[in-house]
Amino acid sequence: MKKAGIIMVIGSLLLLGLFKFPLWNIMLGAPQYPEPLGMNIHLDGIQGVEEFDIQNIDGLNHYIGMKTIPKAEEMWEFSVFPKVILGMSLLGVLIGVLGFAGKISYKFFLGWFVLMSVLGILGMYDFNLWLTEYGSDLDPKAILKLKNPDGTPMSYKPPLFGHQKLLNFDVTSLPHIGGYLMFVGMFLTLVAFWLGRKFSLKTAK
Amino acid sequence: MKNIFKLSIGFLITAIAFTSCGDQKSSKSNGALSSSKAEKVYVAPGEHDSHYAFISGGYSGNLTVYGLPSGRMFKEIPVFSQFPTNGYGYSEETKPLLETSYGFVPWDDSHHPDISQTNGKLDGRWVFINGNNTPRIARISLTSFETEEIIEVPNSAGNHSSSFITENTEYVVAGTRFSVPVPQKDMAIKDYKGNFKGALSFISVDPEHGHMDIKFQVLMPGFNYDLSHPGRGKSHGWFFFTTYNTEEASTLLEVNASQNDKDFIAAINWKKIEEYVNNGGGTMMPANYAHNVYDENTHTATSTMKKEVRVINPSEVPGAIYLLPTPKSPHGCDVDPSGEYIVGNGKLSANLTVHSFTKMLDAIENEKFDGDAYGIPILKFEDVLAGSVEQPGLGPLHTEFDGQGNAYTTFFISSEVVKWKLGTWEVLDRKPTYYSVGHLTIPGGNSREPFGKYMFAMNKITKDRYLPVGPEMEHSAQLYDISGDKMELLLDFPTHGEPHYAAAIPAEIIKDKSRKIYKLAENEHPRKATNESETKVVRDGKNVHVYMTLIRSHFTPDNIEGIKVGDKVFFHVTNLEQDFDVPHGFAMIGANNAELLIAPGQTKTLTWEAKQVGVWPFYCTDFCSALHQEMQGYIRVSPADSNIELSWSLGED
Repeated sequence: MKKAGIIMVIGSLLLLGLFKFPLWNIMLGAPQYPEPLGMNIHLDGIQGVEEFDIQNIDGLNHYIGMKTIPKAEEMWEFSVFPKVILGMSLLGVLIGVLGFAGKISYKFFLGWFVLMSVLGILGMYDFNLWLTEYGSDLDPKAILKLKNPDGTPMSYKPPLFGHQKLLNFDVTSLPHIGGYLMFVGMFLTLVAFWLGRKFSLKTAK
Repeated sequence: MKNIFKLSIGFLITAIAFTSCGDQKSSKSNGALSSSKAEKVYVAPGEHDSHYAFISGGYSGNLTVYGLPSGRMFKEIPVFSQFPTNGYGYSEETKPLLETSYGFVPWDDSHHPDISQTNGKLDGRWVFINGNNTPRIARISLTSFETEEIIEVPNSAGNHSSSFITENTEYVVAGTRFSVPVPQKDMAIKDYKGNFKGALSFISVDPEHGHMDIKFQVLMPGFNYDLSHPGRGKSHGWFFFTTYNTEEASTLLEVNASQNDKDFIAAINWKKIEEYVNNGGGTMMPANYAHNVYDENTHTATSTMKKEVRVINPSEVPGAIYLLPTPKSPHGCDVDPSGEYIVGNGKLSANLTVHSFTKMLDAIENEKFDGDAYGIPILKFEDVLAGSVEQPGLGPLHTEFDGQGNAYTTFFISSEVVKWKLGTWEVLDRKPTYYSVGHLTIPGGNSREPFGKYMFAMNKITKDRYLPVGPEMEHSAQLYDISGDKMELLLDFPTHGEPHYAAAIPAEIIKDKSRKIYKLAENEHPRKATNESETKVVRDGKNVHVYMTLIRSHFTPDNIEGIKVGDKVFFHVTNLEQDFDVPHGFAMIGANNAELLIAPGQTKTLTWEAKQVGVWPFYCTDFCSALHQEMQGYIRVSPADSNIELSWSLGED
């Protein structure tokens, strides 16, 4: 159980990587952008991969009437997400420590994982909502008004995950280092649960 | 007689048989080679060349940037000439770069580019080039590829033995071709001899910013100083200049300056003179010359007139200057990578003369002098001679080195490049050029470490090399692979203007440092507008200043009213883009100067005079976006006595 507790602590601490590294990354390449433009989605805001990428993405997006990429203060998520992650990390550490001391059951480890997964899914759902809104709430006076073959207005929603072709741009959306650290951390808490369970089954015999 | 005829036919046949035998082999390999030649210069679409070449534009006054081995031209950098393509020399910010003591000079004849060095190796920070006609030296940044500084050289005329760099870029050196009265005065031309002086200028280069300052001028006898090169390695601290017209003729020089069997290479111990100057030596002489500096943050050049220059008479610093007799009006003066050999390319001589630096020091030490010229000791030819290349060709001009112990000399009259070996002086190979080659360049050729893979020859005559384009045409150049024992002709490509020397460098030394944009946050132009809310139109008497911004795809403002006939309108145009390769242009109907090309983050100013009542358009000249054609605006010009208020707008109906 001691080992399980330690792994639980490590797993929870890996969440803190999100304070340093981006959660997600979206890259936009095109014939005239051999060096693609890109944005990194951090816990507390969106940043360009290169210094002027955000400005240049906004500059291109004005042709199709998209809003500018929101600043940190324009979205509640960027003030709430850091608190949630910090809270979950601290909670995970606390559970791990208590588990290490044998004060609580390994089932708490799973409980943390389930809570974190629910929060993560909610976060992804929210992120996807924003992408949809960002890609389809277009200025009616947009310079370029494009329609799908069925006559509906074209949406420029970037993919949540993977690659998509948007006009001349190849858009690729994937987790970044912070995101990967979080996934590894969450996986470790599952490992902690599994070890804890194994240990408790052994001692029960 | 008949027999002799038969015999010679017999020889001829044998000779042909032997040659064709040899040819068979080589023509076979030639066939294979010609396909591999194409591969050697083929740079696939999207790939980069391995070397940059900076080729002087001669009478274009500019500097062109080429890629090797493809021979493709990437850019023309305006230096000494106005350039309507981007407004250089027309925009208010760049006009000061072309100021001189003669006033605004819109053209020059640019000659010998040389790249800055550290420890005798190319460091790729700057390239320098001389203006030959109105003596000046320019410094061009190899991060922005823009001219950053131009300094005028006083007491000089025909700034030809320039602009060569010492091995730590301590100095860029500028020697005069014409000797002139110093200071200038009204006197009879026939009194030239003994009265005219030849000024050799040592211009210090600030190691941090590259700023140039004339440290001292050596006032030499009234010869013509043709070309020069620095000592390096063991001869670092010395500078060598070829001279002609040691006869000091002032008329019909083609005859009168070709009488002496030997002219001189002047060897100058600049370290010794520098020490003398640092201890307060020399005389400050009244002068008047322009020093023009472009600031990358204000995007603006300023011109300052300097009022004095330090001059040194050779007699003041004994032991600093010697003359090395060199046959027949030597042209190029080239120093090998080790610094031991000084090649004097005597253009009327049958042989190439090579002097030894070690022997020169020895002759000086033992005072083996053969008289003097105006007090400057003349060394004995035999005492300093390292060797000569016997009968290598006709009309030798310039020599470069491959760093493998070989030298390559151009021959103008016999139109060829000859490869020979340093030390043994044997001729190893010769290849024709098309036609009448002047300079040649090996990347790093003027340094301790040449990159001996390519050599290119820049010719004076083109004739039938390309599709005919009338009597006036560009000059041709040929690229050779010199990595093998024999030179191999790879490519023939046209150059722009008249290429004199060129400086070339492996691309990796500079390509990653090349600037993509200017940051708006670093823009310190006094009349910038770094966002659309800062745009405005301000009247100051008859001058109207328009603070305008550009971004895809509109001008702010794009409607301006209240301009009156007789107004001088200054468009201060800032490109708000911060994206690579999105310049905008600005053109105003009837402008009497040029257009502007404005790089991302830059501010430039075009002046336009309102002459006629009406509504006059302006537009973007650089196809910037899908809506480039919509990027336009109007200026309303009202009668001089109208009372329409100044107003400006964007997007108001």
